[in-house]
This record gives sequence, C-alpha cells and structure tokens, in this order.
Amino acid sequence: MLELDAETIYRALAARARESFAGAALKLVGVHTGGVWLAERLRRELHIEAPVGILDVSFYRDDFDRSGLKPDVRPSQIAFEVAGSHILLVDDVLNTGRTVRAAMNEIFDYGRPARIDLAVLVDRGGRELPIAATVVGATIEVPADIGVVLTRDDDQRLHLTMEKRSGE
Amino acid sequence: MASNPQLNRHGELHHLLSIDGLPRPIVERILTTADSFINIAEREVKNVPLLRGKSVFNLFFENSTRTRTTFEIAARRLSADVFNLDITRSSTAKGESLLDTIDNLTAMQADMFVVRHATSGAPYLIARHASESAPHVHVINAGDGRHAHPTQGLLDMYTIRHYKKDFSNLTVAIVGDILHSRVARSDIHALTTLGVPDVRAVGPLTLLPAGLEQMGVRVFTKLDEGIRGADVIIMLRLQNERMRGALLPSAQEYFAHYGLTPERLAHAKPGAIVMHPGPMNRGVEIDSRVADGSAAVILPQVTFGIAVRMAVMSIVASSARMQ
Repeated sequence: MLELDAETIYRALAARARESFAGAALKLVGVHTGGVWLAERLRRELHIEAPVGILDVSFYRDDFDRSGLKPDVRPSQIAFEVAGSHILLVDDVLNTGRTVRAAMNEIFDYGRPARIDLAVLVDRGGRELPIAATVVGATIEVPADIGVVLTRDDDQRLHLTMEKRSGE
Repeated sequence: MASNPQLNRHGELHHLLSIDGLPRPIVERILTTADSFINIAEREVKNVPLLRGKSVFNLFFENSTRTRTTFEIAARRLSADVFNLDITRSSTAKGESLLDTIDNLTAMQADMFVVRHATSGAPYLIARHASESAPHVHVINAGDGRHAHPTQGLLDMYTIRHYKKDFSNLTVAIVGDILHSRVARSDIHALTTLGVPDVRAVGPLTLLPAGLEQMGVRVFTKLDEGIRGADVIIMLRLQNERMRGALLPSAQEYFAHYGLTPERLAHAKPGAIVMHPGPMNRGVEIDSRVADGSAAVILPQVTFGIAVRMAVMSIVASSARMQ
C-alpha cells in the first residue's frame, strides 16, 4: 500500500542522533530485525567501536500467555559489558511500548547499564506504557488496524510499508 | 481420538511423549529455539521470565537425580516454580493410583508434569487423562520404561547438529544395549526424522531388538565394522543387571568386544564425535582414553541438554489448550 521514504527518515534519525549524543560513549543494541539493521548503520555513522548488541525479546514479551512463542526466535547476543555503559536502544517502529519494556528488562539481565536512550525510525503513537523515544526519525499517525513494516532490499536500502494487519 | 496424542487440534506440540510421529518441522523448531537459550547461561542473570507464575512438577516414579536436576534447572531458568516429587514406588503401583496422584497435583494448580516412569506408556496415560480432566496441563516424558526418552534424543540431535552442522550426509552408529535402551529408540526416531541416511545399531545379538531394519537401521554385531566410517558414535550405558540376566557373559568380555578404545575409534571417520547419555561405565562400554579424549562431546551434551529442555518446555507451554 502506501510507502514512506525510509531512507530520508533514516537520515533525519541519524542527524538527530549525532547531535543528541555528541561526545557520548555510546553502545548500540538493536531489536530484531529492523532495529538491528538501523543500529548497524548508526554504528558506522557514529563511529562506535563496540559491536551492535542484538536482542530478540521473545522470552520477555508480556503476551506469551495469549500469543505463545513465535516460531522463529533468534539468539540474543550482547558482546560488550552492559554494566555501567550508556546504551542506545534502537528499534524500527515505536507503538505500544511493550517491546521496549521487554528489551529493557532483557538488557538488565546482562548487567546494570548507566543509562539507556531510545532511538526509533518512526513513532506511530498508540502507547500503552509510559515510554518515550529520545530520538525519532519521523512521527506518523496511522490507524490502529494498519501495520507499519520495515524491510531491507538486496542493496541494503530500507523501505517502510503500511499494510492492513492480519488477524488480531 | 486424535492420531497423535502429543499434538493439539492446531497441530501444535502440547505434550512431548515421544519423537516417534513428531513432524520434522517441530523437531527442527525445538533445536532452533534451543540455540536462543544457549548463551543465557553466560549472562549475569541466567533466567528469562517466560514461564513466570507457572508450576512445573517433576514426577519421578523412577530415580534419576541427574535427569531430574537438568529438568529442574531448565524450568528455573524459565522462571517457573518447580516442585520435585520423588515418588519411587514398587512395581505393583496400580494405574489408578497414578491417576489419583495426577488429579491431586492438578488440583494444586500444576501447569506441567515432567514424568519419569519405569513402565512404558505411563506418560501417555497421564497425558490422555489430563487432556480430559485438565486440558491446559502439559506432560513431558523424561523417560518411560524401554520406550522413549525424547528430550535425550533431542539433545543428542542438538549435539550432532552443533558439531556436524547438517544431517543429510551423516553416518551415525549407536553402540551397545539397544534392546533395553529408550535413548536408542528416541535417537533412531530422531535421526530418521531428520533425514540421516545411514543409521546403524551395533551390539551383541542378545541386545539387539527385532525390527530394527524396518525402522531404517542397519544392524552390525562387530564393533569395528559398525563404526567404520562413522561421523558420530553414540555409546549406550550397559546396565549391570544385564549380566545377571545371562544376556552377557561378563563386563570384561563385553569390553573386549564392544568397549570403545582409541584403537577401535580409529575405524571411524577422522573428526568423528563420541557421545554418551551418561552415566558412563568406564572400562565396560568405553575406555577412559576415549571418554576423556578429544573426540568425546559428553559434557557438552549435558550443557546442551538444559537449553533443549528449556526449548521443549517453552514450546509446549505456548501451545493452545488440548481439546
């Protein structure tokens, strides 16, 4: 259906991140899958040495009782020392805030960070928890039954598409 | 009656009773999910909150501290509440009293039973009963009689995949007392389900059950021939009581013919791995130089076993209710 220009939105996000975190000793953690793509690009752009941490928050979701475990869980991996570090958590779409809550809970199981900031490509509203992003690429208004999905093509270009949510 | 009592009407794994009859995608999903549990053990906090508030009852009608402990660790790492009941009973325990026990524990809000029983089929009986009286309850078979030990079979598959990457070109030899081994049976079903082209059973005729060929297994009575060119050798524990039953002359003679020594291991493919479900009888089925050697992956099996059991528990717990 409708397509947003993900590359333009990403450049806005990267510019804001450079400005907001100038001089900070950041370490990046991306949420599977879109958040990891974004974090990898931000890592190059912000000249961060530490490898990007990867989170699959499936084991921390609060809807396990209702939705079960998704079939394609991937290993989480944070190769740097979390305790005492300043983490920029990166995700593609911020909606209810439940994924961010799950991701923060998982990060704390690796150690106690000094600080966590949040960067998202798009904030589509619809929060169900008191969570806000530190830097946002674009804020959009989308009806609740429309899903916003980030994909990446073979040339590593990002695409944001909106489509009717199936099922629930 | 459903054709496969382990699956609910959506085809999801609701109980784990046997690998026999499990669709290959379910077996593969368990192995893939276990990958995600492996590095949790290296974090500061070794638990994830997945089964928080759930009650897991370990029902061991037959003693096995080691297996029980691995299930307990797996359940605790998933943040479940774990209750251990060592109900070692005489062999005359009646089916009725078993189901009474289950009803009582279900009344205590059990969500999952991990069952070890000396009688083949006991976990099926419990699962069938629970499906009617408590359709939210899950049953995991932790070994029943000579029948099945599915989580051991799955952790063996995880180990093989870890070292050999791919099942499609492998030769796997299972050596020892195949007749009495639930591990062998579960391994054979798992290996054939995953498409291993050459599965072998190696042992003295008195310890080889009938019907192996129909399961797709090649039978060998000589160890050197049975392990020739093998990528994986699974040694089975030889239980002492087999000697008394006149199936075997003596432990020394067994070792002379079937004990895995470095000299014999040389018949296998270079880089072959040696597995054992434990506990080992050194000098009976396996030489210490092999057990402690570079081909042995027996301790990694134990580590992987926890991740695999976490995967099984989280997958069954996320299936819809039975009925």
